[in-house]
Amino acid sequence: MKISVQREDFDLSTETRAFTDPRIGAIATFVGVVRDVPMTLEHYAGMTEREILKIVEEAKVRWQVMDCTVIHRYGELKPADQIVLVAVASAHRGDAFAACEFIMDYLKTRAPFWKKEHRPEGANWVEARAADDEAAERWEIRDRPRLSGR
Amino acid sequence: MKVKVLFFAGLREQLGTSAEEIDLPAGVSTVAGLRSHLQARGGAYEKAFAGKALVRSAVNQDMVPQSARIKAGDEVAFFPPVTGG
Repeated sequence: MKISVQREDFDLSTETRAFTDPRIGAIATFVGVVRDVPMTLEHYAGMTEREILKIVEEAKVRWQVMDCTVIHRYGELKPADQIVLVAVASAHRGDAFAACEFIMDYLKTRAPFWKKEHRPEGANWVEARAADDEAAERWEIRDRPRLSGR
Repeated sequence: MKVKVLFFAGLREQLGTSAEEIDLPAGVSTVAGLRSHLQARGGAYEKAFAGKALVRSAVNQDMVPQSARIKAGDEVAFFPPVTGG
């Protein structure tokens, strides 16, 4: 398992090739990229890594996760730059897809990152979206059927 | 009782500081109490910590509700709702 909060870019295939457990049969990945507005990402060093670890540990309780990599960048980012990578390896696709989406949803509402957009008319902190809270909350329904890729 | 207080993002800019050590008066023992203490400074603090302001908090790097207790030496952080991902 790898969690990294870094300024540097990352390479998707380098990260997924590091998953070597022979039981792995499925890898689901998500890459977030900067849209058309340059931005600066600030974070709370120390807490960020702790929160991401907690989210990954929660995913491992809910689904079969054989390996997992989460990379989140901070600092100055320009349009089309990669921001975040979530890669989850499991035996089957159902668990990999679900855990990947779960981690991403919680990362958006729990990990202490803040985006500041730099538009021609000035710089502004991005406001949190209610839709992100709703996306995370839907995982709290206890009787949600467990996805399986079989 | 001394605590380390951190501010992030828009809140950091609004207050013009990212960290300070605060010696709390007797009777302030929760995050909500610290928040009121900061608000009572007036000016930018009054505005930043007004009742309606969306401010999240963490104690020793764990997200906590306003009712959380604080003790000497704690690291208390205030920040806006997060927007990463």
